[in-house]
Amino acid sequence: MSESDRLITSEEVRRVARLARLTLDDEEVGRYALQLSALLEHVDAVRRLDTADVPPTAHPFPVENVLRDDTETPCLDREIVLSQAPAAERDRFRVPRIMGEAP
Amino acid sequence: MTASPAPGFDSLAVIAASIRTGERSARAVLSSSLERVRELEGDLHCFNEVTIEAAEADADAVDQMVRSGIDPGPLAGVPVALKDNMCTVGIPTTCSSKILEGWLPPYDATVVSRLREAGAVAIGKTNLDEFAMGSSTENSAFGPTRNPWDTGRVPGGSSGGSASAVASGMVPLALGSDTGGSIRQPAALCGIVGVKPTYGVVSRYGLIAFASSLDQIGPFTTTVADAALALEVIAGHDPMDSTSLDRPAPSLLASLGEGVSGLRIGIVEDFITEGSECSDAVLAAAAALAAAGAKLDQVKIPELLLGLPAYYVIAPAEASSNLSRYDGVRYGLRVDGPDTETMNSRTRGQGFGPEVKRRIMMGTYALSAGYYDAYYGQAQKARTLVIRAFEAAYRDFDVLLTPTTPSVAFPFGSKVDDPIEMYMCDLCSIPSSLAGHPAASVPFALSPQGLPIGVQVLAPALGEAVMMRVAASLEAAAPREARGPVTP
Repeated sequence: MSESDRLITSEEVRRVARLARLTLDDEEVGRYALQLSALLEHVDAVRRLDTADVPPTAHPFPVENVLRDDTETPCLDREIVLSQAPAAERDRFRVPRIMGEAP
Repeated sequence: MTASPAPGFDSLAVIAASIRTGERSARAVLSSSLERVRELEGDLHCFNEVTIEAAEADADAVDQMVRSGIDPGPLAGVPVALKDNMCTVGIPTTCSSKILEGWLPPYDATVVSRLREAGAVAIGKTNLDEFAMGSSTENSAFGPTRNPWDTGRVPGGSSGGSASAVASGMVPLALGSDTGGSIRQPAALCGIVGVKPTYGVVSRYGLIAFASSLDQIGPFTTTVADAALALEVIAGHDPMDSTSLDRPAPSLLASLGEGVSGLRIGIVEDFITEGSECSDAVLAAAAALAAAGAKLDQVKIPELLLGLPAYYVIAPAEASSNLSRYDGVRYGLRVDGPDTETMNSRTRGQGFGPEVKRRIMMGTYALSAGYYDAYYGQAQKARTLVIRAFEAAYRDFDVLLTPTTPSVAFPFGSKVDDPIEMYMCDLCSIPSSLAGHPAASVPFALSPQGLPIGVQVLAPALGEAVMMRVAASLEAAAPREARGPVTP
């Protein structure tokens, strides 16, 4: 496939990588542009399918909401759970700042 | 009718019976299993972790129960290997990914508890393609597993470690998970039996999710009867999995020897290629079933060919959602950054391998604004067409036959640079996954190079009993040398 008839550009790969929260280097961006384009070409049979009046299937069998009795039961031990976290503080998961600096 | 394992290797029922009667100890059975692991693991790399101490404690507990007159259960003292995407309390569960390296799950998967309650002894966690994405086990962050029939070839995947461990006689039973063929394809490439049950028959609680509407756990064994016994143990309703079917585990062993007389069996023509050794095996299998009294016919189901492209939209889409939980916050790897979004992105960029990133990218693209209807929406409709086509075929047939795989085990490196070529491995196994139907791979022939070939038996939802009957008849007609265990 030549550069011009690629289905996915490097720009688009960077956009999708941002949505997926994946840091990719330039080599990966180039490779995924080529490979995702080839994949999209492969799944084109599905995109072109005439599906008027065909309902979508999200799940092999009908899924029903499953509710249990509203009784208290022990949940996972907090210490055990937090012991697996990369960083924890005062019974919580610790993360870097989540908002920009105050103006 | 039911076959025995190779000389020197006993069936699950024979192992359990000898331990229940005290004729052999679970500890002695475990020792010979671990001895085989020590001998072959360097060549094959089936395991991410062998849990010797925990296994010895479990085996001793089984022996103690026998001495106290308590029945340890139908799998008393049977050594079993678990694919390393099934949670085990306090034992690392990695999905063969750097992003989960060192993580210790806080709970056991339901299948792990069920095996233990039946007396089985878990000996370790087996290698897989990272997050079960792949068909060769080459995508493991910890190096590939090798095929005991030819160590220059892949064992298939993604459950390659489990398949190779059973095929080399390290364990008589291993569990795998199957999303588009990850039990059946490696079973075929390793010359053993692999079963993907109907969606919802085996609990997914504690199975680390890849594509939740497709994932299903099942057994690897050397015989059909062993697979039936293992499935009876792990199946059944689990309130911890909202998609678990609320019905008792199927009864499979009782009807295993009933034969195929009068059954209507369809050969799916769309997957038969002239000159292909795998297709030739299906035709030979059909002839054997006809000789055993089944009514064989060809059937064309062209909609099944939509399965592969539909799957490679649906499974990545579900994976991109499921794998969003690996964000460097609650467990596993964290690569620091000045803010949380940068930390998330660096962690995922460095923690995931190339195939996982490729699928996350594909799935994110297919679900993103402007493309959702064209790709994900259309793939879901194609899934409906696959299900409808199966429904129509099962009006005329009790079970269907296809090759499990388009080709025999391939050499390392021969498909890694071409994702689509690798994805083609699952051509024949994907349609049943999309429909939620059961399917089994049975070793049936050897290629001219001496590599095993599997034949796939497909059945409608909850058709496990008839499927296993057909599988047992195929096994009875197959040459003994077409199935493991083998010594590499």
